[in-house]
Amino acid sequence: MNVIAMQDWAAVGSITDIPRQGARCVKMGEMTVAIFRTADDHVHALEDKCPHRSGPLSQGIVHDGCVTCPLHNWVISLETGEAQGADEGRVRQFPVKLEGDTVLLGLR
Amino acid sequence: MTKQRLVVVGNGMAPGRMLEHLFESNPDAYDVTIFNAEPRVNYNRLMLSPVLSGEKTYEDIITHDEDWYATNRVTLHKSARISEIDRTAKTVTSESGITAAYDKLVIATGSNPFIIPLPGKDLDGVLTYRDLDDVDKMLVAAENGGRAVVIGGGLLGLEAAAGLKMQGMDVTVLHLMPTLMERQLDPAAGYLLEAEFKRRGIDVRTKANSHEILDDGTGKVAGIKLDDGSVIDASIIVMAVGIRPSGDLAKIAGLDVNRGILVGDDMRTSDPDVFALGECVEHGGMCYGLVAPLYEMAKVIADNLLEGTAEYKGSVTATKLKVTGVDLYSAGDFAEADDREEIVLRDASSGVYKRLVLKDNKIIGAVLYGETSDGPWFFDMLKKGTDIAEMRETLIFGQAYQGGAPLDPTAAVAALPDDAEICGCNGICKGTIVNAITSKGLTGLDGVRAHTKASASCGTCTGLVEQLLASTLGDAYNPAAVQPMCGCTELGHGDVRRLIKAKELKTIPEVMQQLEWTTSQGCAKCRPALNYYLVSDWPDEYADDYQSRFINERVHANIQKDGTYSVVPRMWGGMTSSKELRAIADVVDKFDIPAVKCTGGQRIDMLGIKKEDLPAVWADLGKAGFVSGQAYAKGLRTVKTCVGTDWCRFGTQDSTGLGIKLEKFMWGSWTPAKLKLAVSGCPRNCAEATCKDIGIICVDSGYEIHFAGAAGLDIKGTEVLGTVRTEEDALVYVVALSQMYREQGYYLERIYKWAKRIGLDEIRRQIMDDAEKRNAYFDRFVFSQKFAQVDPWSERVSGKDKHEFNPLATLPQEAAE
Ligand code: SRM
Ligand SMILES: Cc1cc2nc3c(=O)[nH]c(=O)nc-3n(C[C@H](O)[C@H](O)[C@H](O)COP(=O)(O)OP(=O)(O)OC[C@H]3O[C@@H](n4cnc5c(N)ncnc54)[C@H](O)[C@@H]3O)c2cc1C
Ligand code: SF4
Ligand code: FES
Repeated sequence: MNVIAMQDWAAVGSITDIPRQGARCVKMGEMTVAIFRTADDHVHALEDKCPHRSGPLSQGIVHDGCVTCPLHNWVISLETGEAQGADEGRVRQFPVKLEGDTVLLGLR
Repeated sequence: MTKQRLVVVGNGMAPGRMLEHLFESNPDAYDVTIFNAEPRVNYNRLMLSPVLSGEKTYEDIITHDEDWYATNRVTLHKSARISEIDRTAKTVTSESGITAAYDKLVIATGSNPFIIPLPGKDLDGVLTYRDLDDVDKMLVAAENGGRAVVIGGGLLGLEAAAGLKMQGMDVTVLHLMPTLMERQLDPAAGYLLEAEFKRRGIDVRTKANSHEILDDGTGKVAGIKLDDGSVIDASIIVMAVGIRPSGDLAKIAGLDVNRGILVGDDMRTSDPDVFALGECVEHGGMCYGLVAPLYEMAKVIADNLLEGTAEYKGSVTATKLKVTGVDLYSAGDFAEADDREEIVLRDASSGVYKRLVLKDNKIIGAVLYGETSDGPWFFDMLKKGTDIAEMRETLIFGQAYQGGAPLDPTAAVAALPDDAEICGCNGICKGTIVNAITSKGLTGLDGVRAHTKASASCGTCTGLVEQLLASTLGDAYNPAAVQPMCGCTELGHGDVRRLIKAKELKTIPEVMQQLEWTTSQGCAKCRPALNYYLVSDWPDEYADDYQSRFINERVHANIQKDGTYSVVPRMWGGMTSSKELRAIADVVDKFDIPAVKCTGGQRIDMLGIKKEDLPAVWADLGKAGFVSGQAYAKGLRTVKTCVGTDWCRFGTQDSTGLGIKLEKFMWGSWTPAKLKLAVSGCPRNCAEATCKDIGIICVDSGYEIHFAGAAGLDIKGTEVLGTVRTEEDALVYVVALSQMYREQGYYLERIYKWAKRIGLDEIRRQIMDDAEKRNAYFDRFVFSQKFAQVDPWSERVSGKDKHEFNPLATLPQEAAE
């Protein structure tokens, strides 16, 4: 398979370090990335910053492929980073994958 | 053939009902025109008191909305008072100059509140209680606070007084007679009622004769002077001393009018084309002031308008007082006389008083106070003249005790005969309701209201109707169907709680599976609720689902708008010491905490702490003996106290000590919504106990326990649960009450909402009167505390949930670019 864009992957930890239906943060300078683990062990990476008023999404409740922001209950899709329902906004996403138990975060 | 013209004067409850009957039988017989002096559509006047108290809004009590008039092609002239009837020309004319011709006329002008001709009766601020405008005026007055004086301790006066009190006014009721509601109640029940009103902080003065209403110098009410010379300052005076049938219009038109407009059994006045209906009527020497008889009249007129032959034969009435938390029922004649016997039941501890008056083995009068569920049963026998000789011994204990074992309420209602009256206002029998449920396939209260009118007027029979639904539909009746818990299920909170217990469901996935959740993992609404129900129901078996908790309860601190946290340690009962304050000061300095604040809950909040620092902050606080204040929890929050006997010259008991005991006993417990307590050392109430979820007011003789107050999104004074003598009892009763709430409350339902749903009396019965229940609740609370009373901070200091507080990884800056 051809990989078109060059992608750097950084190992950030083991999936077992993240609770199911929970998240943990990776700090990159000023920015924080939240790595979510779903009930069926998929991982997603979003900037830890709600499009509404910058609430820390990593602290929200994870359910059915979404996270509910802890500050004012916006619901953000983990798949697309998009706000659900009537709210409008999108969170920056990062590539993330598993190799065995190791979580690899994609960096450009 | 051209349609006949029907004109109705007055758009009150009686003609509204008459038109419904008329349209049901023949919607095309008449062109209908209504004139109403009020500027609005038809509404349920009985429900004005709930609007006054804030329990309902005007929109909730509309009977016929604009659509109804349009659909039935009725012309309604609002704000149009009829000033003239010309019976020769067969027309009516309004003050505003609208004239309408009639073939048949119905006069339904209701009645006018009686105004005592006191000096000052015309001052600004003297009000009556009859229609929505009066309620609006009272609400405006209530906004400015001050005292309201209600003249008249009858049904209307007391409802007004209770409503004004709930709106935050100080209230005095002046009543001329020695006991309240003397026309409906005997003196014993009157005294109980008076005691209840006083307990609610309403000043009741009987044998009080008003002398003069005082002017503040600008034409507004300043107060009232009584015959005995005493003066009461007041910003409004509400006169509720009785009503006079409004017959002037008919009299001027030359119709026969005595006290009310005279009608025969066919409800025609002295002019055969003119009917009179409602409170303005006098029939067989009687004028009525309750809706049940008026509805019977309405039916008779509807029939006679369609060439029928129906006749009205007079009515026996029963009265209920609609003040939330007061149960009172009276019917018939209860004066003492030689040929009468009486049966009396008193239960002083629960404030129950029941009295039946018998003559020749028949019930002729009934007064029930405190427990009124048997009212309709007694009333039914009273109306039918049932011979009660056989059940004399047990009669007073009510229907449930007849035939041996007590029946549960649903079975008792199921056992009623088909012709037993369920809804007194509308005269609806059990058979009619059951028939409507089965033939129309009704599944809920709304359906029954729409098809039979039962429970649609004063609403006090709602419980009976629900029991009929339950007994008729069996398991198919699902009263909670109204409000599903969230989008993931059809079930309401009540059902979910019930099913968790019944099916012994012990994990969230199990609940979702067994109760057929429509999402795989629930949502942010249902998961915290389920987690709470499971924690509360299976304290020893269920493992708290951490991921189903809101962030604050997960990290045991309050998230702030910038993603930092605030930390509030417990200060038991609001007491602290130099050592504690020094430890807090040290922590603030060490961690560079940007803000320190005294909370509204008598303790100290440190705000702006970085998440990573939380465990270290807690470690230092823990060393000084602090535990988490749970300022974030749907659980026990604060117990506010005042200084009490320790220092205060008025203190009657050790309020600080009791507050600390309660907080130490109850901390750590999870509850449906947050739970805040307070203990005040005397009725001056410096700890503000009367707006808390649970409050205690210490008095010389013991401890007055209050509950169901609110001071957040809603404001509501507490209700009294009861008074106990010792501190130990106070603790047991408060804990038992909390456990009852823990077991029955819906998630996020504060105690005042729960109490409203369950009924104050039911709660008083279980906690104050039923020692066995009370002790069982207490024991279950104590059991659950074994698992709950663990300081979450020290747990985390020793390493629990370590992952929460540190980043997974920290990558070099360049990685992000
Ligand atoms: C800190 C404090 C304000 C203060 O600086 O004094 C406070 C702060 C908050 N209150 Fe409060 N309330 C505080 C006393 C009160 C009081 C007064 C009292 O307890 O005597 C009330 C009115 C009484 C009551 O509980 O109803 C109060 C009624 C509310 C409400 C309305 C609740 C209701 O059911 O009506 C909310 C909203 C909610 O819970 O949904 C709320 C919610 C909040 C939240 C949690 C808002 C939020 O969701 O983030 C605030 C958290 C700030 C923080 O992180 O510390 N707060 N809040 C007080 C903490 C008391 C303590 O020591 O624990
Ligand atoms: C606060 C309150 C609580 C009550 N609680 C209960 C209860 O619990 N149980 C119970 O059975 N009863 C209760 N009642 C009594 C009940 O409301 C009345 O018996 C009933 O409303 C009377 O109906 P009605 O149609 O005769 O008159 P109303 O409903 O009074 O209607 C008369 C209407 O005619 C209008 N009108 C008068 N004159 C004219 C005119 N010349 N031209 C045009 N319009 C005119 C008036 O403005 C009014 O709108 C209560 C009453 C009040 C005020
Ligand atoms: S009143 Fe309470 S919820 Fe509102 S801003 Fe103040 S602390 Fe926050
Ligand atoms: S910041 Fe996320 S919903 Fe407001």
